[in-house]
Amino acid sequence: MDPQIIIARRVAKELKTGNLVNLGIGIPTLVANYVPSDLKVFFQSENGLIGTGPIPEQGMAHPTLTDAGGRPISALPGASTFDSAMSFGLIRGGHVDVTVLGGLQVDAHGHLANWMIPGKMVPGMGGAMDLVSGAKRVIVAMQHAAKGKSKIVAKCSLPLTSARPVHLVVTDMAVIGFPGGRATLLETAPGISVGEVMAVTEAELAIPDSVLEMRL
Amino acid sequence: MKAISIEEAVAMIPAGASVMVGGFMGVGTPERLLDEVVRQNKTGLTLISNDAATPGKGVGKLFDQALVSKLTATHIGLNPKAQQQMLASQISVDLVPQGTFVERIRAGGCGLGGVLTPTGVGTLVAEGKRQIEIDGKPFLLETALRAQFALVHAFLADYLGNLAYALTSRNFNPVMAMAADTVIVTAEHIVPVGVIAPDHVVTPAPLVDYLITNG
Repeated sequence: MDPQIIIARRVAKELKTGNLVNLGIGIPTLVANYVPSDLKVFFQSENGLIGTGPIPEQGMAHPTLTDAGGRPISALPGASTFDSAMSFGLIRGGHVDVTVLGGLQVDAHGHLANWMIPGKMVPGMGGAMDLVSGAKRVIVAMQHAAKGKSKIVAKCSLPLTSARPVHLVVTDMAVIGFPGGRATLLETAPGISVGEVMAVTEAELAIPDSVLEMRL
Repeated sequence: MKAISIEEAVAMIPAGASVMVGGFMGVGTPERLLDEVVRQNKTGLTLISNDAATPGKGVGKLFDQALVSKLTATHIGLNPKAQQQMLASQISVDLVPQGTFVERIRAGGCGLGGVLTPTGVGTLVAEGKRQIEIDGKPFLLETALRAQFALVHAFLADYLGNLAYALTSRNFNPVMAMAADTVIVTAEHIVPVGVIAPDHVVTPAPLVDYLITNG
């Protein structure tokens, strides 16, 4: 299975009926494709919409109905629209149940870096800092390693997105949580051993007695 | 509110002015006003806008013509020209978390000196800012943001200047319409008074200084 699809399918299992969910761009966007149809989740787009629907069919796009990347989307029955102050009031105010974000690095205590690489990539943080500071539950969806280098690090070398730790990291190899503020291996991807995860993870991982296999 | 032509409206904006522009990635942006700003070559602008859109679209047009000297925004990663101008130090850029950005503008429009937010505590964003503890929790003091001009785009404007917005093109427009000395509005449709029901007016008419007539 494609590594991104493993991640998206596993993250989708974290969502519950009634949740207000904000998905970041990249792998997190794919999560919506794997939410079972009987699970009623509200997706928020931070440019001012709750109830985002699928990409409209060819020729059905509307210039005033877009996602946070400016791409055409649709709205489901029961959708609502609002201004950016309300949108970020929802985010910072703890009304968003789950946010799923991409990551560049997550450290051994759950700190996320995902908004800049000094001297190389300075796009701006957009809504990421507010989402990590305010959402009830923060899930990072990212590849375990990039160019052979672990993205789960002992300490972030890149600027942090928030001083608040994230709750869960889902990669193509593992699910990592932070009980007691310590990176802990909760699950491994099908066909991946605990030893293989440890070998490619820079951060020291606590290994509980039983590590489950990811259900996809 | 006064209804005027687009040429007259933009002629009021001096070079070097501070200008807030509504829109999110070019959606809900007053495109016609920006085209006229480009045509009248208003240089040295201080721009306050969520993003830099993309070249040729929304505020991206201002970067195409290098009309911006200072930018306050939350994300400019999708406009390579704005990135280049920042890296070459042709524009000074202040990047602000999006929730902080909108609350600073809201504060500016509501007579507040600023807001206290947890966003950015313990990050680069906190540098040089006052940190204040409330009930044991740390917050950053973020000061209010205003501009000389707000360029706003609405879906409906009535003859008095009451405004309503469409779907995701609302974004920063109603907040910015509170936070500038002079508010200039374009609308998709200009309609008789009463077409927008009182409950559906988002920006009340007294906030609008100039409405651009539709050609």
